Amino acid sequence: MLNLEHLSKIYADGTRALSDINLSVHEGEIVALIGGSGCGKTTLLRLIAGLDRASAGAIRLDDEPLSGPHPAIGIVFQEPRLLPWLTVFDNIAFGLDGVSAAERKGRVHHALEKIGLVEHADRWPRDLSGGQQQRVAIARAFVTNPKVLLLDEPFSALDAFTRASLHEHLLGLWEETRPTVVLVTHDVQEAVTLADRAIVMQPKPGRIFDELSLSLARPRDKTGLPFESSVRRVLTALDQSLNTPHKQPQREKDRQAAALWW
Amino acid sequence: MTGQAESQAWSSLKGAAALAAPPLAERKRRTFDWRLLLGFLLPVLIALLWEAAVHFGIAQGRLVPPPSRIVATLLALSETGELWTHVWATLWRVIVGFVIGAAAGIVFGALSGSIRTARYLLDPTLQALRAIPSIAWVPLFILWLGIFEASKVALIAVGVFFPVYLGIAGAILSVDRKLVEVGHVFRLSRLKLARRILLPAVLPEALIALRSGLGLGFMFVVAAEFMGASEGLGYLLVDGQQMGKPDQILAAIIAFALLGKIADSLLVYGTRPLVRWQDTVRERL
Repeated sequence: MLNLEHLSKIYADGTRALSDINLSVHEGEIVALIGGSGCGKTTLLRLIAGLDRASAGAIRLDDEPLSGPHPAIGIVFQEPRLLPWLTVFDNIAFGLDGVSAAERKGRVHHALEKIGLVEHADRWPRDLSGGQQQRVAIARAFVTNPKVLLLDEPFSALDAFTRASLHEHLLGLWEETRPTVVLVTHDVQEAVTLADRAIVMQPKPGRIFDELSLSLARPRDKTGLPFESSVRRVLTALDQSLNTPHKQPQREKDRQAAALWW
Repeated sequence: MTGQAESQAWSSLKGAAALAAPPLAERKRRTFDWRLLLGFLLPVLIALLWEAAVHFGIAQGRLVPPPSRIVATLLALSETGELWTHVWATLWRVIVGFVIGAAAGIVFGALSGSIRTARYLLDPTLQALRAIPSIAWVPLFILWLGIFEASKVALIAVGVFFPVYLGIAGAILSVDRKLVEVGHVFRLSRLKLARRILLPAVLPEALIALRSGLGLGFMFVVAAEFMGASEGLGYLLVDGQQMGKPDQILAAIIAFALLGKIADSLLVYGTRPLVRWQDTVRERL
């Protein structure tokens, strides 16, 4: 169980990126953080990953307070961030430092099978397409068997077909060990495809606006009515979160003016 | 279900495309591009014209000897073994100077690139020293180290040091922060971070720095040999000037060109396996 308690982040220049975030994520749950740009989604993920330090509040993984990167927490970034001087195989094995050679080979090979890139094991990252590179990055995060996997818009730079195929690969890997997943996204379809719960965030300062449960059966039928209505629910919440405070008074004024007229 | 099948079809299609692509590129590399020979056309043409001009008495060829006489001089020098003594003397100075200068450049560059305090401490002084034309050290080196090998090697080492220092420090400072973060995520220690991420990341730029260092080494060996040497290609140059033998000067210049090119190529080909992974437009420079 991953717990965020009163988490705040203020950058050195005074920007309040996050303010009083409280969230608990159950074991094996997939949570999507969704919101417009600048609402602190990525900042929140970097705090959990231990790449940045919170200004206030605490992060606990199974009651153990986290400070800095933790072996049980893996992350996939927006870009693949593969090491160009390592082959695909060695990139996936990068985090398997204390593991025996035989087991490393087995685990990496299994991951390669799962992402369908076995025949590319000895290639350089430069020989792969963007989608293939991102698959390798996902495999690199999965082979260490993390308890918590953080995904920072990992599919945002890909075309729709590749993205759909990567969703399948991700869920395939997730099914095996069922880690807790925190997914940052700005794509509502993606959130509904993958997540059990959507957390809608709001900017300036970054905070949680609303929480929506997406308890659809897996595998999810993207053309079905429940899927569609879930998408609509998230979109509505997102819309409300993006409505700036001074927009509402304007509408209110219009209504009053109309009332006067009538 | 259909979505999954579709996506698998997609990924296998892409896989096939990726598999098909490289052999094509390799085939392209194997066929020889005859246009590369165009580079030889101009110098050969000029050499032939000059040869003909001297041959038919249009030009005297006393100060600018025709190619045939330069080749003859080179052959004569190599037959007596004189050429090899000079080549070896020059090469030895460059090698020793390069090794000392490059090693110091790597050490100081690494310090100044990776430790902020060291950078604040070292960099201003080194940059100030860099502003001094290296030849300006010659009188001092002669006073300190004598007129024999030590002062020559010191001058070459100084010449090699600065480009290597700048290149290494700059390469370390420009390592992609995003890749370093990958190391942080996997909780690498400082030492492992340096070995597994920083070192390979700076390698391409470091090799370029070494190449420009080697080039400067050959530049400074001439200066060093001008300041009084009894052997070396630089001595051949000075001797040719004093004795009025332009063919000997040109022969030495050609020897320098060949030697520099060979040394550079050895460095490039010797280190190529280390940077095979690079995603660059041009494979060779």
